[in-house]
Amino acid sequence: MTKYLKVNPSVQKASRTAFGETLVHMGEKHPEIVVLDADLSVSTKSAGFAKKFPDRFFHMGIAEANMIGTAAGLALSGKTPFLCSFGCFVAGRFETIRISIAYNQVNARIMGTHAGLGIGEDGYTQMALEDIALMRSLPGMGVLQPGDPVETRKMIEYLSSHHKGPVYVRLTRQNLVSLFSEDYEFEYGKGVVLKEGKDIALLATGGVVYNSYVASQTLEKEGISSTVINIHTLKPIEEELIVHTAKSHKRLVTVEDHNIIGGLGSAVSEVLAENGIGTPLLRIGVEDIYGESGTAENLYEKYGLSINKIYEKTLQFFQESNRPGR
Amino acid sequence: MWEDRDRFVLSKGHGCPILYAAMAKSGYFPEEEIYTLRKINSRLQGHPDHVRFPFIETSSGSLGQGLSVAQGMAIAAKLNHKKYKIYCLLGDGEIQEGQIWETAMSAPKFQLDNLVAIIDANQGQIDGHTRDVMDLAPLKKKWEAFNWDVQEINGHEFHEILTALDKAQLERKKPHMIIANTVKGKGVSFMEDNIEWHGVAPTPEQRDKAIKELNDKVLKG
Repeated sequence: MTKYLKVNPSVQKASRTAFGETLVHMGEKHPEIVVLDADLSVSTKSAGFAKKFPDRFFHMGIAEANMIGTAAGLALSGKTPFLCSFGCFVAGRFETIRISIAYNQVNARIMGTHAGLGIGEDGYTQMALEDIALMRSLPGMGVLQPGDPVETRKMIEYLSSHHKGPVYVRLTRQNLVSLFSEDYEFEYGKGVVLKEGKDIALLATGGVVYNSYVASQTLEKEGISSTVINIHTLKPIEEELIVHTAKSHKRLVTVEDHNIIGGLGSAVSEVLAENGIGTPLLRIGVEDIYGESGTAENLYEKYGLSINKIYEKTLQFFQESNRPGR
Repeated sequence: MWEDRDRFVLSKGHGCPILYAAMAKSGYFPEEEIYTLRKINSRLQGHPDHVRFPFIETSSGSLGQGLSVAQGMAIAAKLNHKKYKIYCLLGDGEIQEGQIWETAMSAPKFQLDNLVAIIDANQGQIDGHTRDVMDLAPLKKKWEAFNWDVQEINGHEFHEILTALDKAQLERKKPHMIIANTVKGKGVSFMEDNIEWHGVAPTPEQRDKAIKELNDKVLKG
């Protein structure tokens, strides 16, 4: 279990906000950082960098493909570009990312904000629900999704100073409960165990990690002992941890604000199948359908990502699959 | 590669055989390696590959992207107070891609006078002549309207090419566009302006005939 766990529901911040704040600090330390935005800098929170470093910030207008290609050219010239838009708009320019950024293997950081149902009232057209699937399919592309504001900060610090190669980072519009202490250390590619149990393990990513954690605590009251693991790196997925967890638990559940096809649920399924592990898996997420308008809370309740729904689905899954004769 | 070099981005990546040939002749790699073109395990991919072959400035071939990448390089040069230029060769069919017009809009905004784009205006694309598939006219007016410094030349006349490249250094605060009017298969009687030759390799006999015609015209003419 991580020694950095410090869940504090009274401290909340959106991961996009933590990103924007960290980017300003990193801009001071790293002159090679440049930032591009496609007319959403107020929303993606890159506006803070724009104000502090106007010479290293580029308004690209409502033209994401050009932003992606330009970022590639900057990276090929030794810069570390952070290119920002809503996740659906930037990942939607897949072909440009595929060739200009991924195939070139440049140090670009693609920031996709307003991930998943969490965007709320804007509705499906602005809602990234397939971005992880797209980005995961590109060889050499790291796919990251922080679960709280502290992890976001540490992740951005790491991406500003150390990481080589292209990365897609998925951030939330909505506030996230602070899960970690300030001295949290981010380890690329490593899952973070928040809670240890023995019956069932919940593997969660992004904005639903906290909900999974609380749902897990409620399961204890039903006598079900559960583990919770925060998967901030969706690619490369930590195979060893998943294999170990699958072997040491009776059931697995993945939780993500994304289509269950191509996201965390798929990544975990692939690891299980390739390792010949038959531990039953429930994939909680958006079940291959389009989203809609509503508050994030209403949507999470309707589509099964609220604390209550994660609890109910997990409990039902555990009880059904534990019935005699199954 | 040395940092202060000029950059050449072949956005019309399908033209890479001639780029490879020019690079081999310039000493980037041994000429015999040319014969690995498009073969398994070769650095000389069917379309340019920056990772396998880092002398290539960027991977290209998925059309419409190179001008954006060249723009990024031009911005980086400005940020670093470097004097080098970025040259980007586009196909005329290629500029039907929407991303080209995003960059057409942005490069003048950033005042990238260190960016020189060239359109190989050969009026041919896979499905036919550009005028039939998706007309580009009025080509010069379009780029002028987007506030580029535009020149139009005969792309087969070396003195016109060199003069245009020199003139492209003069105008400040604007990116440069050279529309080079060309004829596909120029100088080879059975290839000239014949769309059927788009993306087709000649047989050894056709190759020898073509080389003889070119030698007769260019070297002796």
